Amino acid sequence: MVLNMGPQHPSTHGVLRLVLKLDGERVKAVECVIGYLHRGVEKIGENRTYIQFAPYVDRMDYISAVSNGLGYCLAVEGLIGVEAPPRAQIVRVIFAELNRIASHLLWLGTSALDLGAMTALFYCLREREEVLKIFENYCGARLTTHAFRIGGLQYELHDTFEAETRAFSEMFKKRLDEYDQLLTNNPIWIERLKGVGVLTADECKSWGVSGPMIRAAGLAWDLRKAQPYSGYDQFDFDIPTRQGADSYDRYLVRIDEMRQSLRIIDQAIEKIPTGAIMAKVPKVLKPAPGEVYVSIEAPKGELGYYIVSDGSLHPYRLRVRPPSFINLASLEKMAVGALVADVVAIIGTIDIVLGEVDR
Amino acid sequence: MATEAWEDSLSGHLHSKFVQAILKTESFRGQPFAETTPDEFHAVVAFLRDDHAFDYLCDLTAVDHPKDEARFELVAILYSFAHNRRVRIKTRFPESFHPQTISDVYLAANWLEREIFDMFGIQFTGHPNLKRILMPDDWQGFPLRKERNILDMDQTWVQNHLGIESGQ
Repeated sequence: MVLNMGPQHPSTHGVLRLVLKLDGERVKAVECVIGYLHRGVEKIGENRTYIQFAPYVDRMDYISAVSNGLGYCLAVEGLIGVEAPPRAQIVRVIFAELNRIASHLLWLGTSALDLGAMTALFYCLREREEVLKIFENYCGARLTTHAFRIGGLQYELHDTFEAETRAFSEMFKKRLDEYDQLLTNNPIWIERLKGVGVLTADECKSWGVSGPMIRAAGLAWDLRKAQPYSGYDQFDFDIPTRQGADSYDRYLVRIDEMRQSLRIIDQAIEKIPTGAIMAKVPKVLKPAPGEVYVSIEAPKGELGYYIVSDGSLHPYRLRVRPPSFINLASLEKMAVGALVADVVAIIGTIDIVLGEVDR
Repeated sequence: MATEAWEDSLSGHLHSKFVQAILKTESFRGQPFAETTPDEFHAVVAFLRDDHAFDYLCDLTAVDHPKDEARFELVAILYSFAHNRRVRIKTRFPESFHPQTISDVYLAANWLEREIFDMFGIQFTGHPNLKRILMPDDWQGFPLRKERNILDMDQTWVQNHLGIESGQ
């Protein structure tokens, strides 16, 4: 039997359409139909100046706009050979980690909801709200923040930033333990996730899968450690890994990652240096001809920008390496042999944002 | 592009293994890249995976240079977990050339090649399922080619499917 799932289906996290070929409840083959949210981001990039394009990247993975902006700023800075001042780098790290927590929280809430655990959604959104309030107090926007500029920060920090961030960190540590109690040993939760959607480390490599998925398969690979950027090498944190390579381990890895993010935030907030927030960047940006590929560890995996400059005001080619798009491709492998209900769990633990898949 | 020469043991291996096929090995801002002949692109990528542990395809994409005879540039960005380093392998070819798929080397290339076909109209030979991925199947034209203006939609598609005069 051929079953059409989506594009308007609550468990597909946006407009993802799946064509499932079934034998009873078993999935024989699955085909992803995507592109419903395609806006031609890369074409827009070729038609805007480097600075004009910066707000557009927030609208790809709108759950973690800060990470998108950080990757883009680092890529353009790499192209023009500028480095953000120390104060800006540390503040960028704090915002990126806060955003990682917000992204993982939305993931946890919505994918728990897919599996019938409605309570988690309310808890997660309650905590995420606190992060969004910090963003809002900083730049006025909650989701599409455009928090950074090429060469530094958009604004100076607001007066209450440190107090707000400390309060959040204090509160959230306890809340994470509550999530543990609510889900980690919950028999229904384990039953639904354990052994579902297995993708081994070798398969992850071949499929190009990155982020929490590859770490749940036992590979301690995190670009913040492997190729540190924006001063991540100053901080003491671990890379959480698991060996099971299934949906349950992806859940555990993300919970642990939130704890590590808190560790980074706690260290960073103690040592925000004083000084400038912007490096010297020309008002009119005309990078010399050249090309760079710069990637960061976004909440969903490796987010890369490949920018080719021909020496003009506009990028000649602006390619985004979207983690969601490449991670989603592995669904066509993982879902084979699973039950229809498992497909929902697998989509959930890949953690996709269709705005980034389709661009 | 103000490039520097890329000279280390890896570039040495590439030159000695592919004497004719490696056209240049250079680096820009510390990021090394090699250019190969289009016929040997697949072999070079497979060699790097098998003999030098470049077991992860970060990205595969294309760049359009319509003024040149060899208008398309195919760029593969490879990463090695063992060596923690990236290299870019590039190749240039005219519109009439159909490069060999590398989806047999990296499974990740399956969707990435479909996207390149969708956006640039580059046909990969041997690809298991080469069809559009982001644009609708019956869309005409390839959006990321340089001759396509950003306002230049497939108006026939818009009229047939959306029932409006124009998308602009």
